[in-house]
Amino acid sequence: MKNISSDHLKFVVSILLSALMGYAIGIYGNLPWWSFVVTNFIIAIAMNQKPGKSFLSGALGIGLLWLSLAFVIDNQNQHILSIKVASILPLKGSFQALIGLTAFVGFLLGGLSSLSGSFVRK
Amino acid sequence: MRLLPLIASAVATVGLVAVLNTQLPSGASKTPKLGYFLSPQHGFWKNAEKVDASFDASIVAGELKGNVDVYMDDRLVPHIYADHDEDAYFVQGYLHAKFRLWQMDFQTRVASGRLSEIAGADKLSIDRFFRRLGMVYGAEQTEQYINEHNPVMKATVDAYTAGVNAYIKQLAPENLPFEYKLMNYQPEEWTPKKTYLFLMFMSYDLTGRSATADLQLTNTRDYLGFDLFDKLYTNQQDSLDPIIPKGTLFAKPSIVPVKPNGSDVAYLKKQDQNTTAGKVSASPDAPDKNNGSNNWAVSGTKTKSGRPILCSDPHLGLNLPSLWYEVQITTPTHSTYGASFPGSPAVIIGFNDSLAWGVTNAGRDVLDYYELKFKDSTQKEYWFNGAWQTTSNRQEIIKVKDSADVVENIAMTHWGPAMFDKFYQNPQSKGRNLAVKWTGHNASTGVETFYKLNRAKNFDDYLAAISLWKCPGQNFVFASKSGDIAIKQQGSFVARWDRQGDFIMPGTDSSYDWQGIIPNDENPMIKNPTRGFVSSANQKAVDPTYPYYLGTAGSFPLYRGISVNKRLHTMEQITAEDMQHLQTDNYNVFAEVARPALMKFIDANKLSPDAQRMVKEMTNWNLYNNGSEKGITVFKIIWDSVEDAVWGDELAGSPIPLTKPESYILLDQMNKDADFSVADDIRTKNKVETLKEQVNLGVENATKKLLELEKEGKLEWSLFKATRVSHLTKIPALSRLNLPIGGGVNIVNATSEAHGPSWRMVVHLTDEIEAYGLYPGGQSGNPGSPFYDTFVDYWAAGKYYRLLFLPKEKLVAHERTKWHIKFTKA
Repeated sequence: MKNISSDHLKFVVSILLSALMGYAIGIYGNLPWWSFVVTNFIIAIAMNQKPGKSFLSGALGIGLLWLSLAFVIDNQNQHILSIKVASILPLKGSFQALIGLTAFVGFLLGGLSSLSGSFVRK
Repeated sequence: MRLLPLIASAVATVGLVAVLNTQLPSGASKTPKLGYFLSPQHGFWKNAEKVDASFDASIVAGELKGNVDVYMDDRLVPHIYADHDEDAYFVQGYLHAKFRLWQMDFQTRVASGRLSEIAGADKLSIDRFFRRLGMVYGAEQTEQYINEHNPVMKATVDAYTAGVNAYIKQLAPENLPFEYKLMNYQPEEWTPKKTYLFLMFMSYDLTGRSATADLQLTNTRDYLGFDLFDKLYTNQQDSLDPIIPKGTLFAKPSIVPVKPNGSDVAYLKKQDQNTTAGKVSASPDAPDKNNGSNNWAVSGTKTKSGRPILCSDPHLGLNLPSLWYEVQITTPTHSTYGASFPGSPAVIIGFNDSLAWGVTNAGRDVLDYYELKFKDSTQKEYWFNGAWQTTSNRQEIIKVKDSADVVENIAMTHWGPAMFDKFYQNPQSKGRNLAVKWTGHNASTGVETFYKLNRAKNFDDYLAAISLWKCPGQNFVFASKSGDIAIKQQGSFVARWDRQGDFIMPGTDSSYDWQGIIPNDENPMIKNPTRGFVSSANQKAVDPTYPYYLGTAGSFPLYRGISVNKRLHTMEQITAEDMQHLQTDNYNVFAEVARPALMKFIDANKLSPDAQRMVKEMTNWNLYNNGSEKGITVFKIIWDSVEDAVWGDELAGSPIPLTKPESYILLDQMNKDADFSVADDIRTKNKVETLKEQVNLGVENATKKLLELEKEGKLEWSLFKATRVSHLTKIPALSRLNLPIGGGVNIVNATSEAHGPSWRMVVHLTDEIEAYGLYPGGQSGNPGSPFYDTFVDYWAAGKYYRLLFLPKEKLVAHERTKWHIKFTKA
């Protein structure tokens, strides 16, 4: 029981750390957009989770971060830009699809970078 | 450590980052770097402005001499209040950059032949065209002249440049304008030269048609022979209502241009046997034939208030972000409001607390080609005035994205750059070696004209300001609070003999050279005429008694001028609202004459039932190009088909496109000469077609097209015309398409498919100026801003905004004032 709940906690903390560090390093516009790959990698080494969990925590951390940032920005903008971009990209003008795509890219790359980190320890 | 899985997942991670960090090919263009573009902290999401964002700001700048207050009104128009003139231009530069940086950068890249640098080898042919035309060369001449001779303008442009750069310097990478992120490149420092390059582009846009038209006209003459050519492209315009009323006496000319001996044969009737040789490059689309405009002023005798009203609506390509940016500039020396060019200091079309001014294009020919004879393929020497003269080599380097630099070697001659030679040909140049001579190449202090107009207090100041204007030649309209109205055609105009420069001229000696520039005081002008108004709509400025040749009649649209003058003649007790109605008027004065001419030839009984129905639709039409009318669509398509039936055969055999005769040529023939021999289809050997047969054939052909349009539901004029305001990249998602607006070519409301009134302004010169205006765009160039296309719908509906032009205390307290940007001296 104790183990499960501490794993659980670790998982949740990993997600939060990924999101927090990903956000923090993203504030510096001079650093590359993929800097969260590095933070996720380090967090994954430190948290030492199983590969599957590590992937998921990194993926959810960045995926949810990007989802919520895009969602908030888009609402404050009343979809003015997202509808245009979703017509330039082949998304048929759907702002929902564009937010989804944004979150998916964050999810995938966040996951892969944390997965890589987990293999350093395991 | 689990090495293999680590390597595998690390490779996958790095690989995915790499893919998402690369511009992937997508059709003819490339995608943005997707990971970067989608990143909410780096990419396009950062450009999605809060709809209720505040524009309040406080900016400290070391370049300032004093403090500057900027108040933004509810349309995001800045009202700049500065204690020093140079500070005002610093702030204007800063605001242009803040709201239009990408556009400024892009437009000057086009002007200087640097598109390939950001868009790749695809754009190389456009870049080479502008380089070889001498765009960079011309900007350099101006820069050098101003640096050496004009400290005030230098200080003005330098202050503006410093303002642009102050904005660029503080711009964080995540806040780059949207288009940089989309196309993946970086802004670069602004320079005074870029301002001059931008003004070169306006010269090209308004006088550069000749760079294409002269070649095409030469080839058309060669194809048809001069006699038939002269009939179809006559320079006579019987129905002309010129800017300077007919019958006005002109002073004795100080230059009498002499036609060279033997030019009838050696120049006019010359038949070039050249055929297209070797590799040819595509040229950019020639500037729109309808780059024109309306402007007029009515005197107090015709207005309800007893004060003049001035109107100006420049017709240009309709783009987002707009060419124009509204601004008020107030300093201790002057207070001015109007439309400015992002890229240049000062107000271009506007008014101050004493007077108002506006411009239309003069349309005069100021660009010619001279055929060169090179000694050999090194192009180091050319034959001129009986001897071999040396060329100098001008080298320009074009950087190309993802590819090696291209070096352009341009031989400079007595005439100007050798635009076409063994290195560069287009389908119309047909292997010739051609040097281009253009007033745009000469140093020009055009900025100073606007600088002085912004500060002008009266008619004399206006005259002094515009006397500095060289290229592109413009009709400057003027009205003052004190009651004067005037219009003057001003520019550096060549004193031409009849048809000089319509075609390529021999370049082997100076006999075909320009024999002088017409002195300013011989340029057409009228002040306070008894008829109570002055106007221009790109028609010929003068009747044939004017002692100089203006250029081919095709450069001077006839009908808008007739419409405007007809209305202004009859109007009395005019208000600003009446003037708005005139600017947006859709009456078709061409159709008023052309429809009955067509009907004379249409044999309704012999037409198919569908054609009869279409003809009926046309005859029932009220002659207004309103968006909801169908009759205008039917009329236009019938007229075009008839023209095709009449001219098509004469021009069809040519492998390269030839110049189409003007519509009034056919119309004049219909009205006076029913046996017009050109009507005959020369392709049918045993039959002589009459004009009547061709008209009826045209109607039947048109009916086929019209039935298709009817099926698609596109007979209504606005649906057929589908007016759009395109983003500069032409990306549809960033453009406004299918706008519900009437008007068209030949109409006062000159709105065609992608072209039209790019700024509408009405200024009533009462004590407190009553001004209205708008342009089809928005003050912000950011596609993610609610201010990106704010004015487009209002513009399409023919509505106007009341412009806020107030002293500081009143503006601060005004209910429409929303934000404050404070600039403080460091």
